[in-house]
Amino acid sequence: MADSGCLPGLAAEVPKIRDAPRHTLLVRLTHWLTAACFFALLVSGMEIVVSHPRFYWGEAGNALTPPLFHIPIPSSRATVPTGYKLVLPDQNGWSRALHFQTAWVVELTGLLYLIYGVFTGHFRRNLVPPGKEFSGTIRRVLGNHLRFRRPDAAEAASYNVLQRLSYLLVIFALFPLAVWTGLAMSPAIVSVFPALVTTLGGQQSARTIHFLVSLALVLFVVVHIAMIFLAGFRVRMRAMIGGRAGSQ
Amino acid sequence: MGNFSRRKAIVSGLAATAGATGVAVAARLAARYGLVPPDDGGIYGPGESLTYASQRLLTRHSMAREFSPSQISKLPFANATDPPDAAFEQLRAGGFAGWRVSVNGMVARPASFSLADLRSYPVRSQITHLACEEGWSFIAEWTGVPLSHVLSLVGALPQARYVVYFSQQKGWWDSIDMDDALHPQTLLTYGMNGGDLPVGNGGPVRLRVPRQLGYKSVKYIARLTVTDSLKKFGKGLGSVEPEYGYAWYAGM
Repeated sequence: MADSGCLPGLAAEVPKIRDAPRHTLLVRLTHWLTAACFFALLVSGMEIVVSHPRFYWGEAGNALTPPLFHIPIPSSRATVPTGYKLVLPDQNGWSRALHFQTAWVVELTGLLYLIYGVFTGHFRRNLVPPGKEFSGTIRRVLGNHLRFRRPDAAEAASYNVLQRLSYLLVIFALFPLAVWTGLAMSPAIVSVFPALVTTLGGQQSARTIHFLVSLALVLFVVVHIAMIFLAGFRVRMRAMIGGRAGSQ
Repeated sequence: MGNFSRRKAIVSGLAATAGATGVAVAARLAARYGLVPPDDGGIYGPGESLTYASQRLLTRHSMAREFSPSQISKLPFANATDPPDAAFEQLRAGGFAGWRVSVNGMVARPASFSLADLRSYPVRSQITHLACEEGWSFIAEWTGVPLSHVLSLVGALPQARYVVYFSQQKGWWDSIDMDDALHPQTLLTYGMNGGDLPVGNGGPVRLRVPRQLGYKSVKYIARLTVTDSLKKFGKGLGSVEPEYGYAWYAGM
């Protein structure tokens, strides 16, 4: 019984699914660009954190003020009280350059994807959960997940409701929040748009939220990759690289 | 099939040509309007250039955020710097009475100014954020003379494009474009939180550029050079920072 919101009845035609188009070229392209960017942002972001692994709330915070929390790692600066004698080498220069250059790439990629998603109905069709039988679907999909059951044939052609919700969260909440909090740390940007930072409670709050959003994105990526392995690595990779749905 | 792939080839060819032309035109326009940073080479050049060009266009008339006195940090953190040289210590022993800030280059009347001179000029005090690229920050009240006033005293020439500034500490120098140099909040500061500017925070004179990160606010300012090109300074990257991988433009 196929209950995918967008491709009803497809389950009965499993052989056809194998070669059915799954991901469009633009979705595949933006997906892999974003994946590469995420990796670059993560590595450079971690290096930037190493230069001051303390997080504050409000407008200002430094080694003399109590942190909201800190990461128990050595720092690349001797001035940061970490409890370690070890001072790591300074990698902040290239890390910042890579971080900002990648931010440009991922933001332009995101913009392209956003325009595509709105104008082709990709968001409406593939990401917004189907309204009817919503709670029933979510219960069934959740049950399948908890029992580590492989997705049924219908899911080979579209996203299940949990996927839809987590993708929506990443695309419309976490990603924009990462961009917003990133911009809110820029003294030049907030000189033009002060509300970007005042609404967050200050520049240090923006930095802290930026870090927490990154953690949430890392968690998403870990689960995302785990799911690909659980759901069938080859089939999922073939879908996102070659664009064909495939089946189990 | 043959027709289809030929059409595809023509369309992609046209798109590639249009793209390349677009990038070339954008680069020409950016160079003409002073939107290309001196450290535009290397693998991170495109990112630096995009950031500088877009933020320069956006921030032409913007003002750094100013805060209320109650927001001033109780403990202004001073990053440790290498102790300035023996000449600095000698000047410090004399209460910096002998400190001079000289201004030369593309100016009608090269001059040098004592602390007393700087103090006699119009005063501006502003409570601004100093954010270090490492991630920490503090808020303080900075007092000084707008750099624009000093530049008008020496008669900076109209073809000037950058102001290069040198610390008393050897090898520490930086530069800003004229937009930042003439910006009302760019100050040669000699005071902080109502007192003299402490040495730890860059005293006796620190150039404060509050719309950029802390490292653009070079401490112990001894000399400024007005110029139309940064090519002859250091490695031609606009400051010593890019030689260590840090961006010349630090608005972000």
